[in-house]
Amino acid sequence: MEDKVREIISKYDSDKAFLVPILQDVQKEFNHLPHKALHRVSVFLDVPISRIYEVATFYKAFSLTPRGDHQLTVCIGTACHVRGAQNLTDHIERILGIKPGETSGDLKFSFDTVNCVGACALGPILEADGDYHGKMTISKSNKLLKKLGKKVVTDEED
Amino acid sequence: MVTLTMDGRKIEAPEGATLLKAANSANIEIPQLCSNEELEHYGACRLCVVEITHKNRTRIVASCIYEVAEGLEVNTRSERVLNVRKLVIELLLARNPRHPSLLKIAEDLGVKKSRFEAEIKGCILCGQCIRTCREVVGVSAIGYEGRGINKRVATPFEESPPDCIACGSCHFVCPVDVIPMKEKDGVRNIWKTDFPLQKCESCGRYFAPVKQLEYFREQYNLPPEQFSKCTHCR
Repeated sequence: MEDKVREIISKYDSDKAFLVPILQDVQKEFNHLPHKALHRVSVFLDVPISRIYEVATFYKAFSLTPRGDHQLTVCIGTACHVRGAQNLTDHIERILGIKPGETSGDLKFSFDTVNCVGACALGPILEADGDYHGKMTISKSNKLLKKLGKKVVTDEED
Repeated sequence: MVTLTMDGRKIEAPEGATLLKAANSANIEIPQLCSNEELEHYGACRLCVVEITHKNRTRIVASCIYEVAEGLEVNTRSERVLNVRKLVIELLLARNPRHPSLLKIAEDLGVKKSRFEAEIKGCILCGQCIRTCREVVGVSAIGYEGRGINKRVATPFEESPPDCIACGSCHFVCPVDVIPMKEKDGVRNIWKTDFPLQKCESCGRYFAPVKQLEYFREQYNLPPEQFSKCTHCR
């Protein structure tokens, strides 16, 4: 872990001004921000750990706990909301058994809501691992979840 | 020096001074909870708001971060100012309804009860503890966590703060006394962590945290026996 952190930091010439991009790279590498890695960043950059903790807890994009293999995000912006984003959120909560901001116990899925992804014409949007899926419906989301490896039991006949 | 008008009085203030400082030197009282001479200007509590007039326009600014300017007209007690201060103290009271320093300011402003439902947090997020730790002590052991309504003062990962030297400055500077610190049997407890205290070689009194003395020795390159005795026995 130490070598990897060092490598990431040297990419930015150990410049404190790049703390956020450094943390982004650390998160990409380890899928979340492990405490140990942050302590290494603190030492290498000569930034107090309290400062790094502030930044890491300020931005929603950073997670101090492990994330799932797949990231699902429902847009709950106004346009998506009026087109049923709430139903979609409820449905995914029920299927995955987790609330927004949480990660399933088997570390397969993380689920979040976001206030707008800027694709309002395609609402409601379900973002899965960075890909936007527009005009989302409950049954379309079931298909998507199945594709990602989640067993979905539905009342509908397939 | 610049000349400005404050509450109808002409006053002089050095360039770069804040309105709060200028007011204080002119014996005009402005309530505030986050400004501290030892610290950088911050503007967190918003109690020190004043109304400034600039070319027929008036504006509410925080006097602790607004600098004096030639010919500036300032009103520190206009109705608008007092209304804002009342709102601010009511919001602060919702977080901490009991502390005497808040109740005193509320009383001075004529606020009897907060309009807002109490959401007791104790801390009013003035940031003096964090800033003192960073700017004066120089260790930065504590910081904020989260943001918005979830923002609070915390140690990194809510664990024992690795950089803390147990100096107690945060406890001392807190205007609403919400950072507990206790000393018992040669141990100081702060931030839920026990720090051993140094015993004086000659009188046997516990006089300062070991970590703090180590920090001083390191900072100023002092010999290891430097703080073996307390201030009385030295």
